[in-house]
Amino acid sequence: MMDFGFYLTPSSTIELDKVDRKAVDDLARADSGFRTCIACGSCTASCTAGVFAETSVRRAILSVLNGRDEKAMDLLSSCMLCGKCMMVCPRGINTRHLILSLQKYYNGK
Amino acid sequence: MIYEGKQKIWSDYQKEIPDDHYYYVRSCIRQTFFPASEAALLNITRNILGRDVFENEHHTTCGGIAYHSDTIPQETIMTIVARQFALMKKHGYENYVCSCITSFGIYIEILETWRNFPELEAKIADNLKKTCNLEFAKPKFVVHTSDLIYKLREEIAAKAKYKLVNVKTGQPLRVVEHIGCHYAKMFPSKGVGGAEYPYVLAGMIESWGGEIVDYPERRHCCGFGFRQYFIKANRGYSLSNTHKKFESMEPYEPDFIITNCPGCAYFMDRWQYVIAESQGKTYGENGHGIPVLTYEEVAGLVLGFNPWDLGLQTHQVYVEPLLDKLGIPYEPAKKFLGAKGQDIGCPALPSCLKV
Repeated sequence: MMDFGFYLTPSSTIELDKVDRKAVDDLARADSGFRTCIACGSCTASCTAGVFAETSVRRAILSVLNGRDEKAMDLLSSCMLCGKCMMVCPRGINTRHLILSLQKYYNGK
Repeated sequence: MIYEGKQKIWSDYQKEIPDDHYYYVRSCIRQTFFPASEAALLNITRNILGRDVFENEHHTTCGGIAYHSDTIPQETIMTIVARQFALMKKHGYENYVCSCITSFGIYIEILETWRNFPELEAKIADNLKKTCNLEFAKPKFVVHTSDLIYKLREEIAAKAKYKLVNVKTGQPLRVVEHIGCHYAKMFPSKGVGGAEYPYVLAGMIESWGGEIVDYPERRHCCGFGFRQYFIKANRGYSLSNTHKKFESMEPYEPDFIITNCPGCAYFMDRWQYVIAESQGKTYGENGHGIPVLTYEEVAGLVLGFNPWDLGLQTHQVYVEPLLDKLGIPYEPAKKFLGAKGQDIGCPALPSCLKV
């Protein structure tokens, strides 16, 4: 292949038709928070770990819905399960349970 | 929706295009990329359709490339544009037609700026008088040459020798139309169909027998974008834009692409070669690319012009498969012969993109 000195940048297109809907359905059954989250970002704003490392429950949920499970796991790898996000969630989501459910699901795969 | 109501809403998306008497200005980059397209436009409008399209040698570039590359200030480009308009007036014309989409955007942007800042207009008029000793004037109508061909599309259809139909299957050719961003995205009311439903090229294709392909990234930019291309390190952005469009249109298997912008035609044509040679991916049938044509080239083919007189040999993606579908005869041996029969040289052939 020829090298022109410039390259394609990876596409950021998310093709929802190709997302594994089974994973989303399984996770929503394990914790309904995947469906009830309104992505307000209160969890991320209050996250202690988020100050030091890229940690975001909001983005992790979005990543799961977009079929990016590895990204979701990365975003929660620094979580200390302190539960502050649970206290501020306006939808009353048990974020600690949601995070553990997600880790259990993907680690068990 | 009630039909009359729909028609009324659609009428808001229309643009007044004069039928005749134009002062014509060329595009600086089209003259190097697809020089025969401009000659074809003048031939079609003047000799075949009998319109008065005047051109004189004193007009210059609009300065758009320098302006969009941040190398000249706006007042300089305004004075260049004022000079073009003054030349139009000097030769007794009120309708201004330009060949380039970038120029079209520049003219509309400057006229809108003058409308909103009359003191700036007065300053430019003063600059024009001091530098060129010309009288300031503004055109009554500014149109792009694709608007003009759109206006004349039914007359072209009436004189057509070929239709955009696959002669082997009898089916209309499937055509991707790509509108230059500066045509209607900046000032939607200045383009046929606005920014949401640009119809200028779709109207031509429908009149000439083809079928328009609607695909997800239809309104995405081709990726030219001036600074994305001029700086080599940034060309990956330009290439990625084009790649995104081709990935999106590929499942719809278009027969060819028609564009009304010099940059779009060039980059959608040339980047197919780069994608093929660097990624091994081609988007046409059997390893070919998808031919990318200007609207003048398509009009010329429909009217029965010799493909090599239209400059189709200057395209990166070979057009012969398309000519075969249209049933247009061509002489392969004459492809790389000049106007006087001299050999103009065959370019090196790509290794991946089939020719």
